[in-house]
Amino acid sequence: MQSRTFILVTIAVAAAVFAVAQLVSNNYLFFAGYTVLQFVVLATAWNILGGYCGYVNFGSAAFFAVGAYSSVFLHKAYPLPVPALILVAGFIAGIVGFGMGYLTLRLRGSFFAIATLALAVVLQTLVTNWDFVGGSRGAYVIRPNTLDVFGYQIPYIEYLFLQMLVLATIAIATARTIERSRLGYGFATIRDDELAAEAAGVPTLRLKLIATTLSGALMGMAGAPFPYYLGFLQPQSAFALEYAVNSIAMPMIGGTGSWIGPLIGAVLLGTIQQVATVTISSAVNVLIVGVLLVAFVIIAPNGIVGFVQNLMRKGRP
Amino acid sequence: MTEPLLRIDQVGKRFGGFVALDGIVLDVAPGERLGLIGPNGSGKSTLVNCICGTLQNETGSVTFDGRKIDGLAAHQRTILGLARSFQLPRPFHSLSVADNLRIPLLYAVKARSGSHLSAGQLNDHCVEYLRLVGLDHKAAKLPRDLTQVEMRKLELARAIAAEPKLLIADESMAGLSHSEIEDILKLLVALSERGITIILIEHIMSAVMSFSQRLVVLVSGKKIADGKPDEVVRNPEVEKAYLG
Repeated sequence: MQSRTFILVTIAVAAAVFAVAQLVSNNYLFFAGYTVLQFVVLATAWNILGGYCGYVNFGSAAFFAVGAYSSVFLHKAYPLPVPALILVAGFIAGIVGFGMGYLTLRLRGSFFAIATLALAVVLQTLVTNWDFVGGSRGAYVIRPNTLDVFGYQIPYIEYLFLQMLVLATIAIATARTIERSRLGYGFATIRDDELAAEAAGVPTLRLKLIATTLSGALMGMAGAPFPYYLGFLQPQSAFALEYAVNSIAMPMIGGTGSWIGPLIGAVLLGTIQQVATVTISSAVNVLIVGVLLVAFVIIAPNGIVGFVQNLMRKGRP
Repeated sequence: MTEPLLRIDQVGKRFGGFVALDGIVLDVAPGERLGLIGPNGSGKSTLVNCICGTLQNETGSVTFDGRKIDGLAAHQRTILGLARSFQLPRPFHSLSVADNLRIPLLYAVKARSGSHLSAGQLNDHCVEYLRLVGLDHKAAKLPRDLTQVEMRKLELARAIAAEPKLLIADESMAGLSHSEIEDILKLLVALSERGITIILIEHIMSAVMSFSQRLVVLVSGKKIADGKPDEVVRNPEVEKAYLG
């Protein structure tokens, strides 16, 4: 499929999702759907660095929180509409991603992963002690209940849902475009063998910096509307363990090789978590992720996509 | 004498207290077929790594095609026209055999010429190089489906696909049978006839002797002989290094 066709199809699917959600017209659906879409963005962003380049990032929550807290900061300092906040958050988180990449990309494997974890701890400490954005007490972000669009009153949660939907569409289209491009081939060589990649003329450091910047920016964008979604933000919720764990687990469970893996993983896991939150308890979420991750690592180490591909290969003579 | 393509001047490299290379001086002329031999641990691979930018030399300088390349990253040297194959094949294992060759075309060749190859041209080039090494029937396979000799051919093909001026083949024949060695030798001679300068690093003496126009011997990080192959192997110092 051509990239342009793919983008059109993605937009059509997104529009259909929004239309169906409108038909059901239950505010809770938007509330839960927002979280699932947010994980689609996070998982897709993680996969650009983790799946394509093979660099495991444990610090997704840090980028998410950078996005969320840049919104809190601007909310207090210079209020902007949410789409603009998303752009600003993407820019700031992109810079943080670039900086992290520059400082840590000479590290390989588990050392890189540990460094990203350290980044999350450092940032959380900074935010906890920064009074302007609420410090450890947290910050209230007052938002209207409805939004006036050309005389129509639409619920604010629908507005946020729509933005996350657009963001998810952008993230998936970006990931798919990278996969088929020169950049995508370059990323694959980094994942496979960096020395050989350099010998083949691939500027590995530059490509890795592109990946960390892009991945960080998308995660930050996913975090930007978060304070408006909750109405209140504190460091524990922005730097929550579930963001770091989910951004890794969702691509792993879906399959890290292509754009569709993180999407499948995020929709599947995100939905299960939302259902569990309502029917059992919200504390069971991380447990579900843990159990599923262990199960997949044993049964289908290449995720759902890899598992299906294997079945199809065996089916052929 | 014409300007050398590669000039290695007083290149030295240490690993902690161990001197791996000690003031190596070596010129390689354009179009030359140079054999580089030496016992295990004599510094052959370190020298290759210093030439190609995988390691940086601590003293001396490397000049390639009239340009000092000290401090340049490996990929920049590849773009300048310096390609290598690795001693142990290092294919991109998640990419198909054809895609493995696509990488140097997409990166090294494109960056050098600045022009954009169309998808069709890219495929043509891939097929051409695959045919050159006799792997065209395996284009869609993954590297793990290849045999040992095919893997070595892929390794060479990927270096050739970078369209280098100088190719360094690091032990591309180790562990192969006699007829397989013949295959690789024929390939290297064909490349040399295309005008590519080749440095061959090898332990298999029959192959080195039949291929090289000039032979250089490294022992313990020092160059101990340099000259016509049959004269070099009669050199008493070389005999001593090899036979003790």
